[in-house]
Amino acid sequence: MTSKIKSFSELKELQEKIKAARDSRQQRITICVGTGCLAHGAMSVADAFREELDRRGLSVKIDFRKTGCHGFCERGPMVILAPENIFYQHVGVSDVGEIIEKTLLKGEIIDNLLYANPQTGEKYVKEDEVPFYKRQTRTVFGMNSKVDPKKMEDYLAVDGYSALAKALKMKPGEIIREVVTANLRGRGGGGFPAGRKWEETSKAAGTPKYVICNADEGDPGAYMDRSLLEGNPHLVLEGMIIGAYAIGSNEGYIYVRNEYPLAVENINIAIKQAREAGLLGENILGSGFSFDLKVNRGGGAFVCGESSALFASLEGRAGEPRAKYVHATEKGLYDKPTNLNNVETWANVPFIINNGGDWYAGIGTDRSKGTKIFSLVGKINNTGLVEVPMGTKLREIVFDIGGGILNNRKFKAIQTGGPSGGCIPEAYLDMPVDYDELTKVGSMMGSGGMIVMDEGTCMVDLARYFTNFLANESCGKCVPCREGVQRMKEILVDITEGKGREGDIELLESLASSIKDGALCALGTSAPNPVLSTIRYFRDEYEAHIKEKRCPAGVCKALITYSVDSGKCTGCTLCAKVCPVGAATGEKKQAHKIDSDKCTRCGACKESCQFDAIIVR
Amino acid sequence: MMEEKVKEIVQGYGGDRSYLVPIMQDVQKEFGYLAKDALLAISANLGVPVSRVYEVATFYKAFSLKPKGRHHISLCMGTACHVRGAEFIASNITTLLGIKDGETTEDQEFSFETVGCLGACALGPIVVVDGEYHGEMNIAKSTKLLKKIGKKV
Ligand SMILES: Cc1cc2nc3c(=O)[nH]c(=O)nc-3n(C[C@H](O)[C@H](O)[C@H](O)COP(=O)(O)O)c2cc1C
Ligand code: SF4
Ligand code: SF4
Ligand code: FES
Ligand code: FES
Repeated sequence: MTSKIKSFSELKELQEKIKAARDSRQQRITICVGTGCLAHGAMSVADAFREELDRRGLSVKIDFRKTGCHGFCERGPMVILAPENIFYQHVGVSDVGEIIEKTLLKGEIIDNLLYANPQTGEKYVKEDEVPFYKRQTRTVFGMNSKVDPKKMEDYLAVDGYSALAKALKMKPGEIIREVVTANLRGRGGGGFPAGRKWEETSKAAGTPKYVICNADEGDPGAYMDRSLLEGNPHLVLEGMIIGAYAIGSNEGYIYVRNEYPLAVENINIAIKQAREAGLLGENILGSGFSFDLKVNRGGGAFVCGESSALFASLEGRAGEPRAKYVHATEKGLYDKPTNLNNVETWANVPFIINNGGDWYAGIGTDRSKGTKIFSLVGKINNTGLVEVPMGTKLREIVFDIGGGILNNRKFKAIQTGGPSGGCIPEAYLDMPVDYDELTKVGSMMGSGGMIVMDEGTCMVDLARYFTNFLANESCGKCVPCREGVQRMKEILVDITEGKGREGDIELLESLASSIKDGALCALGTSAPNPVLSTIRYFRDEYEAHIKEKRCPAGVCKALITYSVDSGKCTGCTLCAKVCPVGAATGEKKQAHKIDSDKCTRCGACKESCQFDAIIVR
Repeated sequence: MMEEKVKEIVQGYGGDRSYLVPIMQDVQKEFGYLAKDALLAISANLGVPVSRVYEVATFYKAFSLKPKGRHHISLCMGTACHVRGAEFIASNITTLLGIKDGETTEDQEFSFETVGCLGACALGPIVVVDGEYHGEMNIAKSTKLLKKIGKKV
């Protein structure tokens, strides 16, 4: 591919050459082939485009590009036609011919492929008019839709690696100062200032020094790291090389979970390209600085995202955390000074170097700077990845960008911070989202997962869900976590099964404080958060389960019965057809019935009923 | 044959012990699971004690010491999928297959397991059958999916 780039001026020349060869007025078809869109069948749509363009001899004229995730995964497969940036969603193989024929060649808009606002029905033609995108500030993530992650030229065409060239001309201390000024805080959860960590590692004694990218992303419900690494691996790489130079490290690792095969593939390709181009390896860009990277695949244990467990795993051992009397910055991987940052943290670095720390510090709130990518999922209309400045109000994220709650139901709560976080009720919808505000209401930033819940979610069940997850993921090394979280889970299971007792809530609270005090790593110390926050805001739901043996949300199987609302039932017979045990019965066009002795509460009838006639109580 | 392949994989990583986890992943990918002989071969070729290899094999969920079924079904139980009803789907699948989470049917046709977030939460709930993603799953669709891969229901 690219031959070795030996100097800054050669890099600049190459960028200019690639850019000149690309006419900004040229027609371009971009299709997302990120994991989400692939699951919607994007690859066959992409293949169909390729074939059709070839068949019509358009391939030379049209720039056809396959990119990573654009964020609006729920609407995939999605196709964008530049230079107008026409946005088509849910594109199928059968639409390909028409898109080329009508839109590409004649400039006509195909109405049924446009995004329609689920609430108003209003349609939008251009990508940046779509409300989901309009209110975002896609600084870090927006690049995804411009580059083919497998082609380094694409990254160079958007001035990729300029920040590296700039950084290599600076003194390491100057770079660290920019990152300190920017006040970039770690995006992996704790929000520790990256600049300070870099500084500590750079000053630590011992060689070699390691820089590591944490791409374990064990947080269920969050996938921004995956999408960044898959969609724009060179950006993460560039951030890491800059960091390594600033810290004085010549070796690094990317620790990525094995469940993310496309991320592993794309980062490996990027590393190979960067090495061939002289951007990685010996004497980078002729600067005299050398740095190389290896990719290591994790075994899929949540605790391995924790720094000391991650080092153990990288060393080929079971991923058990250890007590941190000494910082990783002094003794990390193989007991050497180690700087561990999250994928998104690294991806922010090139922007800080290019635009300056002051520019970065101008975005966001007092103590949380820059933009943050959130994974907005659950019972919400526009699900996907959303990037907004720190301090954006929850309400804006959920209702303006997210388009409100699915099926016009009522908002109940939003869960942030994953298993270490908590639930935020409606009363706080107007709070600005940043590290400190989230902690104040008993939740956390975590990796940025936002799970939206409506009345159909039982908060006790949710607490049980997280506690069960953590009980399974506890490495078992320390007693408070191994036994305590397990015990919390048992109590919660009892409550959801109608076996809750008076005093259970208090017992949960006291267990929570012992675990918080006694656990070894943050998995344990934060494990009580989902329980405590649901008790704090939804205590009445706990009481309904314990005292009245009732699940107000209609979720906990042992506490609910299924019946048919004879007023709504049209006698369509669908429920009787799907019921696996013959509990739902009735004549055609007559109201149906459910025999609650036979019913296994599997939920199939409710799911299938088009008339909302199945009552769960 | 197995030993040869294991040796080859170990050599592919230059015999570097810190690659124990990825090596075990590759071996598992090759044979579908980690048989006792495979673990012994890894230990011998890499110079890592068998006890360590076992410890790692049992610590990480990604590893299986038992053979899997011909069709592999996994269901995401991440938070996003959970709030959209993944547990209802799980009980439907386990009822239809007559096995529990993590088990394989007696005829070795189907294995089922629940997994943490697959990173495609926007399409949740998600079922992966033999590596292929099926999004926006519901109870009825999961029954159909099982029928499609040959489960008589
Ligand atoms: C149980 C547990 C799991 C974690 N999982 C992750 C993870 O998947 N990805 C991540 O970047 N950080 C994770 N962290 C945080 C890391 O330990 C570490 O703080 C972070 O990677 C540092 O990078 P940052 O400062 O750039 O955020 C986890 C922490 C704990 C306690
Ligand atoms: S708190 Fe839990 S996960 Fe962390 S070391 Fe203790 S047992 Fe292991
Ligand atoms: S919940 Fe399941 S078992 Fe009960 S009536 Fe409905 S379909 Fe039948
Ligand atoms: S994967 Fe296509 S938009 Fe996310
Ligand atoms: S929660 Fe199921 S894919 Fe993320």
